[in-house]
Amino acid sequence: MPIPALEFVHVSRSFATPAGRDYRALDDICLAVPAGAFLAIVGPSGCGKSTLLNMAAGLLAPTSGTVRVGGAELAGLNRHATYMFQQDALLPWKDVRENVGLGLTLAGVGRADAQARADAWLARVGLAAFARHFPAQLSGGMRKRVAMAQNWIIDRDVLLMDEPFSALDIHTRQRMEGELLALWGESRRTIVFVTHDLEEAIALADEVVVLSAGPASHVVSRHAVTLDRPRDLLDLRTEPAFVDLYRSIWADLRQEVIKSHASGRV
Amino acid sequence: MRRDRGIVFAWQLAIGIGAVASWQWLVGVKLLDPFFVSRPSDIAIRIATWVTSGVIWGHLLITLEEAFLGLVAGAVLGITLGFVLARSPLVARICDPYITMLNGVPRVVLAPIFLLWFGLGIWSKVALAVTLVFFVMFFNTFQGVRDADRVLVDNARMLGASERQLVRHVLIPSALTWIFSSLHTSLGFAMVGAVVGEYLGSSRGLGYMISQAEGTFDTTGVFAGMVVLASVVVAAGMGVTRLEKWLLRWKRSEA
Repeated sequence: MPIPALEFVHVSRSFATPAGRDYRALDDICLAVPAGAFLAIVGPSGCGKSTLLNMAAGLLAPTSGTVRVGGAELAGLNRHATYMFQQDALLPWKDVRENVGLGLTLAGVGRADAQARADAWLARVGLAAFARHFPAQLSGGMRKRVAMAQNWIIDRDVLLMDEPFSALDIHTRQRMEGELLALWGESRRTIVFVTHDLEEAIALADEVVVLSAGPASHVVSRHAVTLDRPRDLLDLRTEPAFVDLYRSIWADLRQEVIKSHASGRV
Repeated sequence: MRRDRGIVFAWQLAIGIGAVASWQWLVGVKLLDPFFVSRPSDIAIRIATWVTSGVIWGHLLITLEEAFLGLVAGAVLGITLGFVLARSPLVARICDPYITMLNGVPRVVLAPIFLLWFGLGIWSKVALAVTLVFFVMFFNTFQGVRDADRVLVDNARMLGASERQLVRHVLIPSALTWIFSSLHTSLGFAMVGAVVGEYLGSSRGLGYMISQAEGTFDTTGVFAGMVVLASVVVAAGMGVTRLEKWLLRWKRSEA
């Protein structure tokens, strides 16, 4: 069996509450992400999806258990991954070109080279004309495109995405999803995509993992998405195969959403 | 926006002219005694004399030199320490009571001691300006670095930023907004430090001119000195604003 790109081995994570008590966010997560796969994680609000990603990124250490990256135990930051955050993470004081090339600059790539490569990526995401703009001058969708280019320009095996498109309107969002799939199709990177939107999860992923409502979230079920690729995101959602999948996964997710409502944690 | 600017300027001008005109008028009709409050026309004539005779330039230059040196030294020290303490919370907690204590010392009390330590020349005034500027800069830098957006920091780290790169690409620019908003205050404080120092013991500078005028009950001289001081601070403040606009140009949503 090939080594997974990313693996959670009995990972749990607790936080201290303001009252000084122990809050267990995630409990005994075991999950392997095969290299080149597109994995989506869904779950009700507050189930610890972002916590899981933060541990994969190495921004947060597990309370117990280990995170493995390419078979090796992760200690400190995950140097094999980039992370696309839900919030805007572009540096507001750098223009679009500098932001896209940031990872290269940080790695010591020369100015001219970094610029040229950033420009190539800007052309690829359709923002060639905006190289000298600052993030504040762009629309939400354009900023996400810049963030995508920023994450893709440096060559890392794993891309972690935390509800990256949730702030966008539905049409922009579908366009961004399409562009993401196109990029992924060319690169075959491993993607872990966290979302609360089941439709988005099915439309994009090879596999959908359902997390339970918190506290002590665990993996409820895993569902292989067998839809053909490349997928036509505009029509996909009405196809019978899609609807069937949606129905069976929603049966699981629904329980957890109801639980999380009942516990008043939303 | 453009029209607003016109209205604001018109009002600013009107208030200024109104205040000066009523001052002049109140003295003119003997409701106010010029011995205590002088009068605008006398003050203007005095300033004109200072300028034409050239006597003001030497004093002004000395004061500006002291204020400038105090501002630069205070800013460098304050920003550096602000950064260091914001990046090491433990050290910050250890130093906290001492910083509060030192900041609580009234600077006027320090002036005679600095005169003793650094002499009657410019350095005692520079030192006084430093004690004023340092704390403003320190607190603002500390806050600015501490308040840096968590997501920006995490993103830069994920993209491969080392601690030094983090400071350069994320923390300094992020703190710059705070540092600049404090630069305006610091500028005024630097002048205050210089002038108060001169006032308490020197043979040159605007503070010296003012204290000389006070010693002979020359209210016109005192007010003229204050007007010169205020004009210099306003002019320097405008310079800082322009610099700030350029350095923080990314904040504007339209290019």
